[in-house]
Amino acid sequence: MKKPVNILLFVGGLLILLILSRLPYVTEPDEDLKELRVEYTTEHVPSVDHRKFAVLKKDFSAPQEVTEACISCHTERHTEVLKSAHWNWERESYIPGRGILKAGKKNLLNNFCIGIGGSEVSCTRCHVGYGWEDKNFNFDNAKNIDCLVCHDNTGDYVKAIATAGYPVPDVDLNAVAQNVSLPKRANCGSCHFYGGGGNNVKHGDLEKTLFSPTKDVDVHMAIDGPNMDCVVCHEAENHKLQGKMYSVSSMNHDRVTCEQCHGEFPHTKSILNEHTVKVACQTCHIPIYAKVNATKMSWDWSTAGKLRDGEPYTVEDEDGNHIYRSIKGSFTWAKNVKPEYSWFNGTADHYFIGDKVDTSEVIKMNTLNGEYRDRNSKIIPVKVHRAKQIYDCCFQLIIQPKLYASQEGEGGFWRDFDWHEAAQKGMESAGAPYSGNFCFVNTEMSWPLNHMVSSKEKSVSCKECHTRDDSRLADLDDFYMPGRDYNSAIDFTGVALIILTLIGVILHGLIRLVSNLNKRTKN
Amino acid sequence: MQNRTMIYKGFERFWHWTQAVLIMFLAATGFEIHSAYEFFGYENAVTFHNAAGIGFIALIIVAIFWHFATGEWRQYLPTTENLISYVRFYLIGIFRDEPHPTKSDHLSKLNPLQKLVYLGLKLLVIPVVAGSGLFYLYYRYPQSGAMKTLNIDSLEIVALLHTAGAFLLVTFLIAHLYLITTGHTLTHNLKTMITGHEDPEDEKQASQEL
Repeated sequence: MKKPVNILLFVGGLLILLILSRLPYVTEPDEDLKELRVEYTTEHVPSVDHRKFAVLKKDFSAPQEVTEACISCHTERHTEVLKSAHWNWERESYIPGRGILKAGKKNLLNNFCIGIGGSEVSCTRCHVGYGWEDKNFNFDNAKNIDCLVCHDNTGDYVKAIATAGYPVPDVDLNAVAQNVSLPKRANCGSCHFYGGGGNNVKHGDLEKTLFSPTKDVDVHMAIDGPNMDCVVCHEAENHKLQGKMYSVSSMNHDRVTCEQCHGEFPHTKSILNEHTVKVACQTCHIPIYAKVNATKMSWDWSTAGKLRDGEPYTVEDEDGNHIYRSIKGSFTWAKNVKPEYSWFNGTADHYFIGDKVDTSEVIKMNTLNGEYRDRNSKIIPVKVHRAKQIYDCCFQLIIQPKLYASQEGEGGFWRDFDWHEAAQKGMESAGAPYSGNFCFVNTEMSWPLNHMVSSKEKSVSCKECHTRDDSRLADLDDFYMPGRDYNSAIDFTGVALIILTLIGVILHGLIRLVSNLNKRTKN
Repeated sequence: MQNRTMIYKGFERFWHWTQAVLIMFLAATGFEIHSAYEFFGYENAVTFHNAAGIGFIALIIVAIFWHFATGEWRQYLPTTENLISYVRFYLIGIFRDEPHPTKSDHLSKLNPLQKLVYLGLKLLVIPVVAGSGLFYLYYRYPQSGAMKTLNIDSLEIVALLHTAGAFLLVTFLIAHLYLITTGHTLTHNLKTMITGHEDPEDEKQASQEL
């Protein structure tokens, strides 16, 4: 009698272990969130009052003099900036198949305004420096660092259009210099919300609404919520900010992640925590993007150059979005967009100027690496921007056209509307060849979505993915997902088996019934 | 009363009925997860299915232990004895009101067809469904890289085996529910499975039929 009891105990113990092992590592998420809220709503109190420094009271005749004044106290900070991606617009990267190289806006092309080469004076309005007018800009000259664009807290410091990063002439440099502190979202947003030539053109999840959004738009930045500034998540040490966008970045480091605050298993339900091995937080928690203002979804350069009475013109839709501009072509926009989805392991490849590509498939301006079988990959939401852009059909190169010129006759497409000249000048500035033959090709670019995080109530629900028809993940077909996938042979055989069995038992039963009735009538 | 024979012991009945409820519940939730219909809601269906699945496996483990401890596992040893007469009975004899070829008792409670089908369930279908179910529950953890040798690179084979097994179990269930009615009387088998005893009234009727 003792033996079976022992075995029962053994089996029971095994069972308890089995069940325990199913329990997730649950911290108390609500407690965590409370702590996070306390931590991130604490106001930064500056340790010095810049209004009291004599060096900031002198008459500044040029913004570089402000920079020198900054450096006179912050004696080594400029060396940090000189190493930063904000300054260099490139990072040393290892890309499989290419090796170690510098990658950034100097040598990558996109499918918005394509490339900065030849158009620097206009593009570098968003450079943290002064005077990057062409490729001869000296990246070692610390005097040209623009400290103010990031550290101004007056909101009055504005960089001028097409002047290589200089501020508008009437800015009060003393007032700005005396009111510097940590970057606010107004600083970051002045460039990052307007990339591509207008509000929300590029990202889709970063736009002017985030200066003061409600909780419906973004739970973190909400002014009726934790009201977090950009630099709360995008922490910086020695002027190296965490976080990157894979339109120009390639490597899996220095990223900002949700997990750095929320942990890897943030849900109370283990069924949700189980998803985090393969599904990024953003996938469920950013159900839609471009929640307030539309974002540009496609750009057709091939229609650019039409003139009315010899003048370029613009057509807007009812919301004021440009749908045609002579200088840029035709656009489509969308609001409240459902993302597309992609496997992503944190590494990316890009179209580098000079890469030969054929047009048998849509050309990818950036490639997010990853697949189901890759253990570092997770599903992420992306905005895919599709374009038709200029291409050298002989040399099989994407062309970087010179777009901006200060006056006519310099080859800038936006003044002369001559694709040949623009291609010639733009490729020359990149040191790349141009055959003289161009056409327009379809391209795609993927922008991972990380902002405009919705409340948990509005997150993507199970059935939006785990469903046979119209699954959000319909395009990710390299794995089996319950509820979406099935094997038609097994399902057909299974259903047939059930139906045949039903028919069988019904027939058998009927015959029994009939023979029984016969027997009774005989009796 | 002294005539009544104990066919199914208490544990066996507990095991059988718990298993019956679990299998039906697992089928209901499982086919919702398979997107066959919507009832519980997807998240609930998965949560319930996982819990019931663990319960089912626990029950299986206890039942295996019981079968070996009591020696009852021998009941499932397949035999060809009377096999043909049973096939003939269900295809022909049953319509002519012929008696069952043998009478069940505690020593041989299963007829040869039952032995074959139940053995098939126990050795093939249940292990495949339960085994694939375990993989289904746990595959994510090796996926994170913690146990590389256990890594399952594709859930597909696991899921398809699980689905195929589920279809077989539902098919079995339908046939089984019908065959309940083919005892000496329509409810004889059901009563036996509930009380554990052959009903003497049914027995009497059966012997009168003879």
